[in-house]
Amino acid sequence: MARVRRMTVQQDREINAATGQPLVVLEKVNKHFGALHVLQDIDLSIKRGEVVVVIGPSGSGKSTLCRAINRLETIDDGSITLDGQPLPAEGKALANLRAEVGMVFQSFNLFAHKTILENVTLGPIKVRGVKKADADKRAMELLERVGIAHQAQKYPAQLSGGQQQRVAIARALAMDPKVMLFDEPTSALDPEMIKEVLDVMVELAEQGMTMVVVTHEMGFARTAAHRVVFMADGAIAEENTPHEFFTNPRTARAQDFLGKILKH
Amino acid sequence: MDDVTSNFDLVLSAFWLTIQLALISGLASLVLGTLLAAMRVGPVAVLRRAAGVYVNVVRNTPLLIVFLFVFIAIPNVGYLTDTPFLLKGVIALTFYTSAFVCEALRAGINSVPLGQAEAARAIGLTFGQNMTNVVLPQAFRAVVPPLASVLIALTKNTSVAAAFGLLEATARMRGFTNNNADDRLLIFATFALGYIIVVELISLGAFGLERRWKAAR
Repeated sequence: MARVRRMTVQQDREINAATGQPLVVLEKVNKHFGALHVLQDIDLSIKRGEVVVVIGPSGSGKSTLCRAINRLETIDDGSITLDGQPLPAEGKALANLRAEVGMVFQSFNLFAHKTILENVTLGPIKVRGVKKADADKRAMELLERVGIAHQAQKYPAQLSGGQQQRVAIARALAMDPKVMLFDEPTSALDPEMIKEVLDVMVELAEQGMTMVVVTHEMGFARTAAHRVVFMADGAIAEENTPHEFFTNPRTARAQDFLGKILKH
Repeated sequence: MDDVTSNFDLVLSAFWLTIQLALISGLASLVLGTLLAAMRVGPVAVLRRAAGVYVNVVRNTPLLIVFLFVFIAIPNVGYLTDTPFLLKGVIALTFYTSAFVCEALRAGINSVPLGQAEAARAIGLTFGQNMTNVVLPQAFRAVVPPLASVLIALTKNTSVAAAFGLLEATARMRGFTNNNADDRLLIFATFALGYIIVVELISLGAFGLERRWKAAR
C-alpha cells in the first residue's frame, strides 16, 4: 500500500516538475527587527515534493524565514505566494491559508490543556468541520504512524520531548497540509530523542511531502534534503545539493561554518 | 436579639437578595469581562482601545458613584426609569466588576505561553477559535485565585445597594439595629457571619475548580 502511494506521489512529483509550478515562492522578501535587517532580498522557490533544508549560524534569519512562510512573522516588503496565491494579510483568509501549511516548532507547543488525541483533532474539527468520530479515527491513524497511539489519552506534559514532537508532527499532518515547515524541530531534544523525530521526518520526505526544514542536523540534510539553503546575516549565501554543499562549499562563510560544526 | 431570631425569615430573604445580586452580576461580569479581555488582546485596534478606555474609566470610579449614575443620573435623562431595582443593581455591579474581571483574565492570557497561540494559528484557527479553544481555557485555569477574589469583592460590594432601596443583607441589618440598639454587636456579628458563609462558598468553589484543573493537564 505504502509502495503504491509512494509511486503515485512520485508520479505527482514528476508531473509537477514537468509543469514547473513551484509551491512556495519568496521574491525580494525583506524584514527588519528595529535596526536589524533580518531578511535581505530573499528569493526562494520551492517545488512540490521538494525537501529544502535551511542551515546557518544563530541569528542568520533562518527561523524568521521559516515563520514568514505562514505569516507568523510579517514581512516589510517583497512577496510570498503559496500555490500561486499571495499570503493574505489577516483574518479568515489567512487562517485558511495557514490550515494548508503545517508547522512544527522547536518547543513543540502542544496544547497543554488538551489530551494528545484532542491536540490532533482540534484543527480538523474546528477548521475543516470534520465530524468528531472521523477526526478521531484519522488522528489515531496518524498517531499510529508516529508511534504514539497508545498514549492518545494522556496530556502533553506526561510525554517525553521526542514523543511530544512526534505528536506535533501528527497534529500538523491532520490538516493534510500542502507543505510542512519545521523550525528547528530537534533543537530542544535529548540526543537519543532526536533520532525518533528525524526518523518520522525522513519517512515524510520519502513519501513526497514538501518540506522546509530549519535545522542543525547535518545528517538529516545529507540524507533527506534535495537542496540545502545556507543563510548568513539575513541573506541566502549559498544554495546547492547536499552533496555539493557539504563536500564543496563555495563561499568562505559556508566553509567557515562547516569547518566549525564538523570539527566535533 | 429576639427580634432577629423571631424574624429570621427576613434575614434569610435579605441574604437571598444579596446572593441573587452577586450571582447574576457575577455571571454577567464574567461574560462581559471575558469579552473585554478578548478585545484588549485582539487584532482590531479600535476595539483594543475602546476596551482599554472602559477598564480605565470604570476601574477608577468609586462603586458608589457608579450606583449614583445608574440609579439617579441616567434615570434623570430619561433612561432606565421603569427598570426594576434588582436589575439596576445588577447593571451597576456588572459595569464595575467586569473591568476587574477583564484585568484578572488579561493577566491569565499573558501567562499562557505565546507558542500556544502560535500553534493554534498555525493549524488555521481564527482569532475567536484560538481564544475559545486554546488561550482562554488555559487563562481561566491560571486566574482562578484572583478571579475568586474579584467575585468575593463583588459579593461584599452588593452592600452598596443597601443605600439604593434594595433590601439586601446590609439594608436589613440596618433595619434591625435601628430597632434594637442594645443588641448591635450581636446583630452585626450575625450578618457578618452570613457574609462569611456566602463568601466561603465562592472560595470552596474556586478551590474545587483549581483541584479539578490541576489534575487535567
